[in-house]
Amino acid sequence: MGRRVPASVISYPSKSLRHNRKRYLKERVIELLLFLAAFLSVFITFAIIYLLISESLVFFEHVSLWDFLTDTQWTPLFDDAHYGILPLVSGTVVSSLVALAIALPFGTFIAIYLSEFAPFAVREIAKPFLELLGGIPTVVYGYFALLFVTPLLQTIFPSLPGFSLLSAGLVMGIMIIPYVSSMTEDAMRSVPMHLREGSYAIGATRFQTAVKVVMPASLSGIAAAYILGISRAVGETMVVAIAAGMQPNLVWNPMEPAATITTYIVQVSLGDLPHGSTGYQTIFAAGLTLFLLTLIFNILGHLLRKRFREVY
Amino acid sequence: MQIFKPASTASPTVQKAAVNQLNFYYGAYQALKNINMVVHEKQVTALIGPSGCGKSTFLRCFNRMHDLYPHNHYEGEILLYPDNENILSPEIDPIEVRMRISMVFQKPNPFPKSIFENVAYGLRIRGVKRRSILEERVENALRNAALWEEVKDRLEDLAFNLSGGQQQRLCIARALATDPEILLFDEPTSALDPIATASIEELISDIRNKVTILIVTHNMQQAARVSDYTAYMYMGELIEFGATDNIFIKPKNKQTEDYITGRFG
Repeated sequence: MGRRVPASVISYPSKSLRHNRKRYLKERVIELLLFLAAFLSVFITFAIIYLLISESLVFFEHVSLWDFLTDTQWTPLFDDAHYGILPLVSGTVVSSLVALAIALPFGTFIAIYLSEFAPFAVREIAKPFLELLGGIPTVVYGYFALLFVTPLLQTIFPSLPGFSLLSAGLVMGIMIIPYVSSMTEDAMRSVPMHLREGSYAIGATRFQTAVKVVMPASLSGIAAAYILGISRAVGETMVVAIAAGMQPNLVWNPMEPAATITTYIVQVSLGDLPHGSTGYQTIFAAGLTLFLLTLIFNILGHLLRKRFREVY
Repeated sequence: MQIFKPASTASPTVQKAAVNQLNFYYGAYQALKNINMVVHEKQVTALIGPSGCGKSTFLRCFNRMHDLYPHNHYEGEILLYPDNENILSPEIDPIEVRMRISMVFQKPNPFPKSIFENVAYGLRIRGVKRRSILEERVENALRNAALWEEVKDRLEDLAFNLSGGQQQRLCIARALATDPEILLFDEPTSALDPIATASIEELISDIRNKVTILIVTHNMQQAARVSDYTAYMYMGELIEFGATDNIFIKPKNKQTEDYITGRFG
């Protein structure tokens, strides 16, 4: 009972009201570490952008921007070299459109079902399985497209070549579904229950409530999910590299083989083009184009989010 | 504070609903115990009682809101007149019930839509498409909810831009637009300031002869001001029910008296 606790152990209440130097320093160190972590990611982003731009500038010393944007052939490895990005852009756009035509509607339907209709038990089982789809390596999807989906499609369309944007896009769409559905469902589920009750209380059905109240209320989250889906489709590499062929073709028909920006980069990165040649430099110009494409989508998404910011 | 007592309290009224031996369970927990009560047509019935007494649970039975969540079940009946149907019966479609018995909640819950579309919502889900009908019904509902003058020039504004009291009146307009037979109010003023509260109470007294009203309130003065009938509940049971004047002036039950006079609760 009589043991005295040494005064130095008791830190509270402290004797002085002035700044505690030890605590101050500790806080500053923690703050600095957190800042460095945040800074690092920003720094890496800017480093990548710098690299893309500076290397692309070298490329554009040899090829005019006009040719790059308007030439309809992409044959950097031929003797008669053409550097028109359009064939790669068309391949990217067509395969992405096919993928999104699958992923956005199905992802949305699944999200509406899981968020508004599914009983608790179903949701708890279905969600992990759906997210498992997102965990399958993309190279597996690529061979799934080449060896299963393409032959299947050929029984419907006998003229379909062995490599096609259609097959690659379809499988890419299936691959993206979980991203879209998972984020859309999260957005819809974050809509507070009292908003739904307001709709049910005047006689709305589940579907009316989902489409007319819950979806508008979670529009910014749904837009973010769609943008993520688009970015995934535009940036996807493996599936198109395996199943769509790698010939740069200016086509808008999904029944044709074509190369996308990403597959071209893979092709050149794996090849043995000499460092510093114009051919080698093309991948930075292609990479910059891809970066700009996804940047546009991200900015669009950001604007959408601001426009439809939800307030409850 | 102004008192909005009707002159008609003593006049004979028609029954709108009768509650017979109602029990309600959240899973295994019995939240309502053998409730028997009548609801008089075009009168205001207040449900009062301490927190957790089951008054909101009781209110939500009237439009089958409990059906939205699993493991809830009802026993007994709530007969709706003149249909003479038990609205708790499994054969009754809760959506049909809610088409006729609407609800206004504790927290204003406007939808992320324009003021106009919020009020038109109930009409649109009933398939009303004609612009002229929508405009007429929306204006009527907003007038009945004493909101028309404040919003008539900005019907296309987002409902979120309204103040809390305006939002609550908008929610009342939304419920009124479809001409419900019964309007349920679940503590409609507990999230509002005294001025907004007064305007909602005034609104309730304005619409009392158009629609049957059930209101849950934890505010005794509010029950005394706005209601014709009062039910006092405690621990899931209906302790006393009667004309508001009788309940507040000479309650029969000692427990009711203690609660009303503020000795507990």
